[in-house]
Amino acid sequence: MRQRINAVVIGASWGGLDAYSRVLGKLPANLPVPVLVVQHQHPSGGDKLPWILDTRTAMRVVAPMEKEPIEAGSVYVAPPGYHMLVDVDHTVCYSLAAPVNYSRPSIDELFFSAGHVYGPGLLGVILTGANDDGAAGITYIKQRGGITMAQSPVTAEARTMPEAAIATGCIDQIHDLDDIGDVISELVFGLGA
Amino acid sequence: MKTPESVTDEQVSIEDIEIRLLLEAIYQLYGYDFRCYSKASLRRRVLHRLGMSGMSSIMAMTDRVLRDQQFFVTLLNDLTVNVTEMFRDPEFYRAFREEVIPVLKTFPFIKIWHAGCATGEEIYSMAIMLEEEGLYDRAMLYATDIDKNVLAAAKKGIYSYAAVKQYSENYRRAGGKTSLADYYTAKYDGVIMDQRLKRNIVFADHDLATDQVFGEMNVIVCRNVLIYFDRDLQQRVFRLFRDSLDMGGYLCLGTKESLRFSACEEHFEPVVADMRIFRKRQLMKRETR
Repeated sequence: MRQRINAVVIGASWGGLDAYSRVLGKLPANLPVPVLVVQHQHPSGGDKLPWILDTRTAMRVVAPMEKEPIEAGSVYVAPPGYHMLVDVDHTVCYSLAAPVNYSRPSIDELFFSAGHVYGPGLLGVILTGANDDGAAGITYIKQRGGITMAQSPVTAEARTMPEAAIATGCIDQIHDLDDIGDVISELVFGLGA
Repeated sequence: MKTPESVTDEQVSIEDIEIRLLLEAIYQLYGYDFRCYSKASLRRRVLHRLGMSGMSSIMAMTDRVLRDQQFFVTLLNDLTVNVTEMFRDPEFYRAFREEVIPVLKTFPFIKIWHAGCATGEEIYSMAIMLEEEGLYDRAMLYATDIDKNVLAAAKKGIYSYAAVKQYSENYRRAGGKTSLADYYTAKYDGVIMDQRLKRNIVFADHDLATDQVFGEMNVIVCRNVLIYFDRDLQQRVFRLFRDSLDMGGYLCLGTKESLRFSACEEHFEPVVADMRIFRKRQLMKRETR
């Protein structure tokens, strides 16, 4: 039986801007699920990422306010300095709780909260990065019955993050960077294996 | 490699029930009301404390909360997230200085309420700005928080040296007129704020979830507090702020906080929209709900 996907969460760190451009660039404007992304950034670096990503994808890119409803066809980008969570009523929730894995936003925090809300309907993806944020979160997504994916480390600008995710034993699929966007589409539209 | 055990929807809903019971226990015994806090971040913080404490379940934690006040104080500190900085978001302070201060200068007396002041960094920032603008002696500042422990820290005004170094940069970017070092004295490995900055500050405990209007304010600053509240509690607090503000009074929110998803948007108009500075507006009769 094919697994129905209701939301996609993606995490990246070092090399993430290029990776996100290439993954989100393959996603169509009518993707019938929301995509939530965490990219590690310096808190004083400004909040330009949503505007940059908006030029790279057909999807609507949002710099969400807190309590913003999470809707299909949109990409929600975590702002620097805040953890971005999914609340039980499918709205964006922010927290200034301590950095996790030295990061705020933290990939784990997004993945734990989304895993709670979406359960088996969640697809979690770990891209390039030079630390192991997201490994605990991807484990939880797997425990909740969701689908898990990592970028193949050889195609990653920094391989530590996908390697840490794969080392958990909880990754269902490993793909090269340039295939990930299409694979996400196929899974979401119910065409994937 | 062994696949970890699955976490079913049923287990997740049992956890949700356990969290509700924990919050109920806290409310009944200690009077702090977290029952209308945002579920997602509350859950993360409860589970974080559970992991740190090594206890086996949220029920075990509830049991401990009921019998161990010291443990409750630790948990309270987790749940209230007292993260703050001096001149946090310098652009906000710059906008306040440029757009709000000139209007406040036309008033004979000003009342400013910092709701959820945590350890006080932002109230001292406001005090410094008012001093520099020659407004301090006409101002009364009310600094409130739900947590008496952090209020005690706010009153002391002692901060770590490392933190203050970063605050100096914020201060400069916020349009500060001298040097932040003019407002504190180095002491041991930290700094203590100039005690004169406190002469017009009243520190008081106030719970936005349960307490009432805090009268006739010209400015309310409540930044990065509402992000922890659910929609209903936010609604209550926006009404409380509306009723606590003088007509034309200013409401300052955190950079990711919005009136857009509340039913109170019509009561306020943006002054500096991207810095989340709003003003209470007079509603025409037919607009009133």
